[in-house]
Amino acid sequence: MTLQDPPKRTRKDFQSDQEVRWCPGCGDYAILASVQKYMAEAGVDPAKTVVVSGIGCSSRFPYYMNTYGFHTIHGRAPAIATGLKVARPDLDVWLITGDGDSMSIGGNHLIHVLRRNVNITILMFNNEIYGLTKGQYSPTSPVGTVKKSTPMGSVDRPFNPLQLVLGSQATFVARSVDADPGHLGKILKAAHEHQGTSFVEILQNCVIFNKDFYKDAMERSVRPDKTVDLVAGEPVVYGKERDKGLRFHDMQVEACAPGDALVWNPSGPNSAPGFLMAGLSEQAGMPTPIGIFRDYQALRYDTEVNSQVQKAVAKSGQGNLKDLVYAGETWQV
Amino acid sequence: MTSNSESTQELPLQQVDRVVIRFAGDSGDGIQITGSQFTMTSAIVGNDLATLPDFPAEIRAPAGTRPGVSGFQIQFSSSDIHTPGDAPDVLVAMNPAALVVNLKELKPGGTLVVNTGNFKEQDLRKAKLDKNPLEDGSVDGYRVIEVDINERVKEALAELTISSKDKERCKNFYTLGLMYWLYSRPLEPTLKWLADKFKRTPELVEANQMALKAGYNAGDIRELFHSHYEVLKTESMPPGTYRNVMGNQATAIGLVAGSKLANLRLVLGSYPITPASTVLETLAGYKSHGVITIQAEDEIAAICAAIGASYGGCLGLTSTSGPGMALKTEAMGLAVAVELPLVILDVQRAGPSTGMPTKVEQSDLFQSILGRNGDTPMPVLAISRPSDAFEMAIEACRIAVQYMTPVILLSDNYIANGAEPWRLPEMDSLKPFPVHFHDDPSNMEVFGRNELGARPWILPGTPGMEHRIGGLERDSKGNVSYDPDNHQRMTLERQNKILNIAKTLPKPTIQGEAQGDVLLLGWGSTVGVLTRVFEEAKAKGQKVSRIHLRHLWPLPPGLEDIFAGFKKILVPELNMGQLARLLRSEFQHHDFVSLPKVTGQPFLTHEIVKEVDRILA
Ligand SMILES: Cc1ncc(C[n+]2csc(CCOP(=O)(O)OP(=O)(O)O)c2C)c(N)n1
Ligand code: SF4
Ligand SMILES: [Mg+2]
Repeated sequence: MTLQDPPKRTRKDFQSDQEVRWCPGCGDYAILASVQKYMAEAGVDPAKTVVVSGIGCSSRFPYYMNTYGFHTIHGRAPAIATGLKVARPDLDVWLITGDGDSMSIGGNHLIHVLRRNVNITILMFNNEIYGLTKGQYSPTSPVGTVKKSTPMGSVDRPFNPLQLVLGSQATFVARSVDADPGHLGKILKAAHEHQGTSFVEILQNCVIFNKDFYKDAMERSVRPDKTVDLVAGEPVVYGKERDKGLRFHDMQVEACAPGDALVWNPSGPNSAPGFLMAGLSEQAGMPTPIGIFRDYQALRYDTEVNSQVQKAVAKSGQGNLKDLVYAGETWQV
Repeated sequence: MTSNSESTQELPLQQVDRVVIRFAGDSGDGIQITGSQFTMTSAIVGNDLATLPDFPAEIRAPAGTRPGVSGFQIQFSSSDIHTPGDAPDVLVAMNPAALVVNLKELKPGGTLVVNTGNFKEQDLRKAKLDKNPLEDGSVDGYRVIEVDINERVKEALAELTISSKDKERCKNFYTLGLMYWLYSRPLEPTLKWLADKFKRTPELVEANQMALKAGYNAGDIRELFHSHYEVLKTESMPPGTYRNVMGNQATAIGLVAGSKLANLRLVLGSYPITPASTVLETLAGYKSHGVITIQAEDEIAAICAAIGASYGGCLGLTSTSGPGMALKTEAMGLAVAVELPLVILDVQRAGPSTGMPTKVEQSDLFQSILGRNGDTPMPVLAISRPSDAFEMAIEACRIAVQYMTPVILLSDNYIANGAEPWRLPEMDSLKPFPVHFHDDPSNMEVFGRNELGARPWILPGTPGMEHRIGGLERDSKGNVSYDPDNHQRMTLERQNKILNIAKTLPKPTIQGEAQGDVLLLGWGSTVGVLTRVFEEAKAKGQKVSRIHLRHLWPLPPGLEDIFAGFKKILVPELNMGQLARLLRSEFQHHDFVSLPKVTGQPFLTHEIVKEVDRILA
């Protein structure tokens, strides 16, 4: 018998027959294309893949994927994905969510799926807005966001999504952007290969309600000088001329010469370096960080739960119903 | 009281048919253990029995206070019984608070055993008493047995080296020993239980066993009582193998059985809540049966994890009580929409809101049948007693997988913590209903329907059958559709699927004549008391019959005919009349009389008897 190569797949194999219904120009299209392209390249089996989502524009994603898909309810997808992955560790589970879905209504489930480190890949489309409900501010919108529900500007401070998830013990944390398929593809690969929960924040352009909110950092012409890509094992250097470096000093990130720049290690024993880097965008004059903030191995809930079952069976044998029913003190009448 | 070891004269042994004992004391006194040991031993002796544990919501309410009183009532009998009894024949009061809280319910002339060791100044003060009720005439008319249990235990365990605190903790076994003597129960089951329970600390085994024997011997030699009693084993119980079981335990076992009969792995998602937590704890111990338990971050996550597991081809289960049911509502709607099997166990407690977590009510009926957004029908079943839980749990699993639907299984606090003998099923009498997953890609109607109206269950991972499901309305292929006619059709299909379950249900059996003046109609945990009311009515020559509903939605077939045989239908419920209202809207031509009760306590026989008499007057 000869071993056969897995069938070569193309992006098309991952496209469902459903018409994609996002607004023209929406960043979700680019993300969909990147995910399909990555899956084709990685030789992912569509039959073994399940895309679970919550509710929001972003959460319509599963309908457009020719894999198994479950469009669930607002905020609860992490819990559904947990049940699915624990029940079926053989499946490759992806979770698509928005900034409202994951950081507002589903905040509780998000922190717990991360804490449990269930082996799934979470893509959070952050457009800093509630798209589907027509443009209210979200928990990631900056203070002062003027929208229909906040005519005088929002007054509540936003989450820094990366710091939130790092604080929830996330073992893989990354950020990318819809409009850079090269970078996004690289991040998707690293996230998917990670064993444990991977959390990827993807800055996503909502052309209708929050157009180009990230353009100051992401516009093609300014991007090299306004963003810094964190790559494991490489110095933290950015700029068109790669002439700017960053390093830690006194528990802060500070600018330095490229030669003095920190060599990035997202896999250390604690998440403080990622946390400090994630806070960069709030520091005046600093670039927006993208790349991989954390990549660490830890106990995985799905594996542990199943191995306890196996241990119990190994110890006392495969349970038999009669023994369960006829257990304890019994007597005859 | 003086020790009288000279007394070798045998005290008279009298046979009695049924006895009700209530143990009462601090929740820290081990009252529940005392009660459940007495229950286990009585079951082994072969008595029929029913129990009613009653404990405070606080784990350790302040010692000696009235809110801190914990109680355990058991009725045991040599003939069939159906309830834990209205009024106790014997009250064991471990302190003044336990005495004053329970005394008014003791039968006139009943026996009162008090631990005088706890009737000091400060004990009276904690119970908010100015005078000692043992001295102010409060206990006149009862046969009072005063024992300084604290002192007696100290003497009995004087030789042991364990701390005096540990010695004091043995006093509930001394009390149990006394009661074992009074009702001629064997000590062996409890001796054995203690040896197992404390196997890591042999000195505690010894101490508790000594206290138990000391209590027993005290009954024998101290002439505390004028006679002792014997309650013979029940002859009327059908032959078979029996064990004693608590409601939540039997429910858990039934759910495992249901999943095995469906040939599926059971996956429980749950968040702890009284009185449902012991289902989670019990199932967590059944890992060798392949059971997976997920203690989720809240009730929403719990049901969602169960839905995820069902989607993956397991039998998803979630267990909770009223407030948790409220949180699960939206996810139940999702399960109805995507048509996945799921069992939702609601062990009801008194509401609204946090209500009275340790007290019984049947007030989640409307929430279960109607409490969701949209037209979102779900089958609702009710367990009626601990020995019925196994069968109903299997029934819930069967309906869930055969009809691809979430099912609500109602229990309540009284069933959950009550215990009774359970006649164990013959294993080969359990009919399997194995699930067949759909794996034929040439026929891919994700929401196509079989003869029952159920859609095919397709496992993720099956090659060539990739598809999407979700909460948005969909057509029969599973694609999102906002087409008006499609929504009308899908809504009807979902409704008919559930209503059609009724066709497979048996017509309820009538206890008594098919015609008469009053039909007693109950559901859930009132089955025992209603049976008793029926028997009393029959003995009086009243034309009263009885039916009990196990399926609340859809209702079983044949009710219209049954109702037509009676002038009035009396519906006693531990809520404000929810089933009565439902029946009035479903059957417009009959006279339903609602008898509501919401004290947090089960019905007493005489409360319903009085209502029957009133109707017939
Ligand atoms: C329980 C519930 N509450 C509210 C809504 C309405 N709703 C739908 S999507 C959404 C916000 C979505 O925002 P986000 O997650 O950022 O997704 P986006 O549309 O921006 O991709 C809200 C409030 C709902 N569907 N369910
Ligand atoms: S509203 Fe915004 S996020 Fe939603 S589809 Fe349109 S552009 Fe995309
Ligand atoms: Mg958004």
